[in-house]
Amino acid sequence: MIDSLVIGGREISSRLFLGTGKFPSNRLIPEVVAASGVQVVTVALRRVDLDFEEENIAAYVPGDCILMPNTSGARNAEEAVRIARLAKAAGCGNWVKIEVITDNRYLLPDNYETIKATEILAAEGFTVLPYMSPDLMAAKRLAEAGAAAVMPLGAPIGSNRGLRTKEMIRILIEEISLPVIVDAGIGRPSEAAAAMEMGAAAVLVNTAIATASDPVAMARAFGRAVEAGRTAYLAGPGETRQYASASSPLTGFLRDE
Amino acid sequence: MFIILNGKITKLPNGCITINDLVKRKKWNQGSLIVEYNNQLAKKDAWPSIILKENDRLEILKFVGGG
Repeated sequence: MIDSLVIGGREISSRLFLGTGKFPSNRLIPEVVAASGVQVVTVALRRVDLDFEEENIAAYVPGDCILMPNTSGARNAEEAVRIARLAKAAGCGNWVKIEVITDNRYLLPDNYETIKATEILAAEGFTVLPYMSPDLMAAKRLAEAGAAAVMPLGAPIGSNRGLRTKEMIRILIEEISLPVIVDAGIGRPSEAAAAMEMGAAAVLVNTAIATASDPVAMARAFGRAVEAGRTAYLAGPGETRQYASASSPLTGFLRDE
Repeated sequence: MFIILNGKITKLPNGCITINDLVKRKKWNQGSLIVEYNNQLAKKDAWPSIILKENDRLEILKFVGGG
């Protein structure tokens, strides 16, 4: 069976997307990519520390990956657009993850500014993947604005708390024709599998892999979980029910009537 | 002469006339740098020809790990 995920005209081989923050060493990234099979990899754009020589993250991302810069640090649409344009001009391709945040405690995205940035960047030919709070109306506006997918959060960034917003994500999957990619909060492979079983198109994982004791092994586990969840979704899970339904025949028991 | 370097008013070292001079002086890893000059991306091949002026805004950026 052909089961391809196509975003921005690109066929994506892995439904696990990887964030590259917080790894104990950037040297792990090629191994993590190989172990998990990820193809879409996010990076951030920052000012250099003018007093130190620092390494370039992009050098650690295998060349066949799609590098997706995020606009983290942007507090409004204008800043997000500036970062996206710079990243593209710097050779990052035309994919961008819009991230507009002013809430410092829970790092929840500003859907309104995100929609504005999406509209501008999609019109400029970017493949725009906006990070969003899972709200149906906002997702519809993002679709109208030209987003290539929507990326609702499962729980606050870096929290490893799983699919706290499960019901809202379920509604987005049901009602939005764009790919729904669960971004942020997924802490365990089982939660990634659960998102995929629900019909999520992909999941984006960073902290859960980067902060595991063995990031490479955890990346492999996530890769398999995402595949398992996707396969289960396509297989069509059976109904759930309140009471038992015997799996063995209820006739021919070895007992006296 | 002073410029605004990564958001800070910074005295330009003596002998630094162009962006290229500054990048070389600071020994930054040139291959990975992204330079924004007065809110416009300055590509690497333009660095030697951009002469810095008083109050110019220069952003020296790079890609880092992020989710």
